[in-house]
Amino acid sequence: MAYRLQLGGNDKWTVQSLRGLERDAMSEAALRILLVDQNLTRASILEEGLREAGYTNVTVVRDMQNLLRRIVDADPDVICIDLENPNRDVLEQMFQVSRVVRRPVAMFVDRSDSDMIKAAVESGVGAYVVDGLKKERVKAVVDMAVSRFNAFNDLREELDRARQALDERKVVERAKGILMKERGLSEEAAYALLRKAAMSDNKRVVEIAQAVITAAGLLR
Amino acid sequence: MKLVVGFMPLLDCASLIVAAERGFAAEEGLDLRLVRETSWANIRDRVIVGHFDAAHMLAPMAIASSLGIGHIKVPFIAPFSLGLGGNAITVSLSLWEEMTRQGAVGGGFTPGLGAALKRVIAAREGAGSEPLTFGMVYPFSCHNYELRYWLAAAGIDPDRDVRLAVIPPPFLADALRTGQIDGFCVGEPWNSVAVDAGVGAIVTPTTALWPLSPEKVLGCQAQWAERYSEQLAGLLRALYRAAAWTEAPKNHAEVAKLLADPRYVGASAGLLHRALSGRLALQPGADPTPLADFFVPASHQATFPWVSHALWMYTQMVRWRQVEFSAEHEAAARRTYRPDLYRAALAHVAVDIPSVDLKIERFFDGREFDPDNDFDPDNLDTRLERG
Repeated sequence: MAYRLQLGGNDKWTVQSLRGLERDAMSEAALRILLVDQNLTRASILEEGLREAGYTNVTVVRDMQNLLRRIVDADPDVICIDLENPNRDVLEQMFQVSRVVRRPVAMFVDRSDSDMIKAAVESGVGAYVVDGLKKERVKAVVDMAVSRFNAFNDLREELDRARQALDERKVVERAKGILMKERGLSEEAAYALLRKAAMSDNKRVVEIAQAVITAAGLLR
Repeated sequence: MKLVVGFMPLLDCASLIVAAERGFAAEEGLDLRLVRETSWANIRDRVIVGHFDAAHMLAPMAIASSLGIGHIKVPFIAPFSLGLGGNAITVSLSLWEEMTRQGAVGGGFTPGLGAALKRVIAAREGAGSEPLTFGMVYPFSCHNYELRYWLAAAGIDPDRDVRLAVIPPPFLADALRTGQIDGFCVGEPWNSVAVDAGVGAIVTPTTALWPLSPEKVLGCQAQWAERYSEQLAGLLRALYRAAAWTEAPKNHAEVAKLLADPRYVGASAGLLHRALSGRLALQPGADPTPLADFFVPASHQATFPWVSHALWMYTQMVRWRQVEFSAEHEAAARRTYRPDLYRAALAHVAVDIPSVDLKIERFFDGREFDPDNDFDPDNLDTRLERG
């Protein structure tokens, strides 16, 4: 592409501003987006969302080896990174010092963006954009990142809840088994006993079940 | 009132953790909630969006935010220093071996370490080897400036003769092991972690380069400090008492145990204990060496926000071309440090409050930073050049 040659040119700033104008005239498809996320599922969710919205130029980087090289190759206009990633500080330094990477700045260049900042940080995503890109174009990408990160967070919470429920059920099953064996109860009667104890102690069934398992372990 | 304060897993978050865990914050009517973070950029952003009321912060980060370099300009203030020192420079065992072949002697800060490193670099250049890479934690950090100061004092150009890369502290030992980097400058316990893992040798504590040097501050938005001035004053009193408690040798074992908790620093209590008592093993398998004033949470007016510290950091930003000098920036750097708030909050608590805001800072190479003269426009350029 012509612009790679321009990158090596002497008058970098003029070249960049010209390129900015050129780019704004381009379609969204041409916007180069780099996702840095160690979580493959989350990265896929966002990548898919971006593709559906017409952004075809999306690169996902998961491992941090040769991060600088990957950024140089992808030459992104927008970079999104998950905020759980300690390597966010690595990224900021690359932007600060590197002469090979075009200098992206954090997405929030003025305070009018404060709602966008808040939404992004709350959803756990950080974004960097190269200078000269129109705010509206960036906003669409960041909004997409925020909504997909939020969707992922919901999914993760749901998964955690499901996992916890499953774990709890296993505990109750084991306690029931102990009661059935030791007291010769039917399954229903064993569960009824756990429930009764929970109600009278103002505790959850799973807590009583755990106590039964612990006690059985001690008595063995 | 509930106060949410962010921190990074490092030895010098100790006063914050002690304030929360040992009741010093509660005594001031504060419900101090500490939130562990994974990057300095997150600390900064979460203070900006108001997730954190205040945070354990790299001192130069508070200044950079006030100046608007590297990021959006949001006036931050630093009314309290979270101790002095605590950093060291560590190199890989193979680099240490090369340095000893070039005349370096171990055992703390011995003469000629920088000169030995310079000869190693010259030898490598002659052999056509890749330049050495040193890790540090953030562009706007005392680690970056201390490492650069030491290299430059030895005649090594930190931007030309070596490479500097940011690596998050928990990854440093691994990066040293895999040869991704040849050395680094970081706060404890991460130097000792590398020594303990058998992959690094501590060349020098940075307190040998600049005795009683600043490191982290309690940072918050200027706007927040104005609005919640009483709560902030309460937090400063709690931190002041917590810092004294942290420093007392009889409490070191308990502080180390607190910090070792995975919710806080999550490193071995033994290593943390050694760092608290200023006795670091400099080489794998070596006995701990006592280091003078290695980490000072409270004494030597360690919690006072010296404006001369802020100004020195600003000169380093200019020296290393992170920003161009301007009188306006100099004023903003001064304004970031708030000894006035410190004095007001601690007037009836502290007995060692300095009556002045500036002092002359002295470095290992005999140089001085005199904030009264070094900002004289007539000799500013030369002063900045020599650091």
